[in-house]
Amino acid sequence: MAEAPLLFSIESFYKYISKRKLMAAKCRKCNKLLVPPRPMCTDCYSKDLEWIQLKGEGKLLSYTIIHVSPKQFESMIPYVVGIVELTEGPKLPGMLRNVESDKIRIGMKLRVDFDTVLPSEWPQWPRYYFKPLEATS
Amino acid sequence: MVGKPLVSIVSAGLSKFGRREGVYGRELFAEAVTEAFERCPNLDPKNDVKAVIIGHMGESYEHQGHTGPTLADWAGLLPSAALRTEGACSSSGVALRIGILALLSGLYDIILVGGVEKMTHRTTPDVTEFLAMASDFPFEQWHGLTFPSLYALMATVHMHKYGTTEEQMALVAVKNHHNGALNPKAHMQREVSLEKALNSRIIAWPLKLYDCSLITDGASCLILTKPELAKKFTDTPVHIIGSGQASDTIGLYERESLTTLKAAKLAAKEAYNMAGVKPNDIDVAEVHDCFTIAEIIAYEDLGFCELGRGGKMIETGTTTLEGKLPVNTSGGLKSKGHPVGATGTAQAYEIFLQLTEQAERRQVKKAEIGLAHNVGGSGATATVHIFRRG
Repeated sequence: MAEAPLLFSIESFYKYISKRKLMAAKCRKCNKLLVPPRPMCTDCYSKDLEWIQLKGEGKLLSYTIIHVSPKQFESMIPYVVGIVELTEGPKLPGMLRNVESDKIRIGMKLRVDFDTVLPSEWPQWPRYYFKPLEATS
Repeated sequence: MVGKPLVSIVSAGLSKFGRREGVYGRELFAEAVTEAFERCPNLDPKNDVKAVIIGHMGESYEHQGHTGPTLADWAGLLPSAALRTEGACSSSGVALRIGILALLSGLYDIILVGGVEKMTHRTTPDVTEFLAMASDFPFEQWHGLTFPSLYALMATVHMHKYGTTEEQMALVAVKNHHNGALNPKAHMQREVSLEKALNSRIIAWPLKLYDCSLITDGASCLILTKPELAKKFTDTPVHIIGSGQASDTIGLYERESLTTLKAAKLAAKEAYNMAGVKPNDIDVAEVHDCFTIAEIIAYEDLGFCELGRGGKMIETGTTTLEGKLPVNTSGGLKSKGHPVGATGTAQAYEIFLQLTEQAERRQVKKAEIGLAHNVGGSGATATVHIFRRG
């Protein structure tokens, strides 16, 4: 028997991240891809949604190098964050790793990867991040 | 035709902005309110003021929620109806908007709107975390994005797409510090050289220390009446003739564009239409320069220049005190300071001074029409108000 689909929620999005899957909620009525997933389609209000797995590839729309951060990220300073436009269209922010800051270019191709360590602080969601597509083995 | 007055400002008050050690937020508010009452001797605050609407962003700073009645109490305005509005850094722009609606509803004749934030007693990492609460938690804060980093993401694209330079951004800081040096209530009353701004330490590349507004303590307020009552309280009221507000996605990443704030553009459109004026009718403006790039984007969103030309506009000197359209004569968030909840009505305070010839060394000659542009977070909330000399 097939498992019941996870609720269309942010919590579920991160449950999938812990299984190394980047997922979107797709509206079956108007085909909009909801990332982050929402309980209903915010374009047409339909609740007829399905989970689809995203390829996990995209291009860099913008980036910044953070030198002043809240406490929990201080050990990583300086770190790079960017906004990535995924191949399927939705956009996500996240950290950029495995790339030197002078090699970062707007438009560069990136691929999602997943942290293996679970954060200890609330809400303990596993984090995804992005790295250059070329560097992927 | 210039629009008819919606409401009138008959008095205004502002606490000294800065690092106010040993003073609580509500005490700063009392300081602002005292000035407003003293400016308006015909007002009997206890009997006349029937509602108090306060912009306040965060409970975390002073471990204090329920700000509406707290501040009404310290302002000596109990038992008037008091409430708090929250729209991050546009909390008191929203308070002003709600105040206008309250008067237009006909339920009230005279109200007080204002804002407050006490920030400097906390550490920078704490303030960084509290300010970040104005952004999306699960996808922005959770991945280490800070508040400056969101505007840095806008700056990176603006530079890439339009050729905007770090030097142009630094020029915004130079201009606003020049103005702030003329404002006795500004947090940092000193000039900053282009070289010093450009060489300051990086906060979130490409934004450096002098691209960022200040962590500041302060409070501000306005006394609003129906236009037909204004002359009872002052010979020189300032009328509000246009008000606009709009919202956008909480996450910057979901926006159609990273180089324009759609909510600000829509708020401006609503305010301009209501006021019956165009961008080139504006004589003086206070815009939300939480970061230097934000002022450059504001020029474009408000129609002061074409899309992508904001960087060029700062270079031409148009927006200096002596220019055709002086912007941030108070010193802006950059130099006057940015006690987030207080900022919206502090902008309106400056426009009130300008349109009543009380801005002293930074007075803009013959200013008739003013504009205030207040942005919450990375642009999920924006308000625009247009003012006319009464």
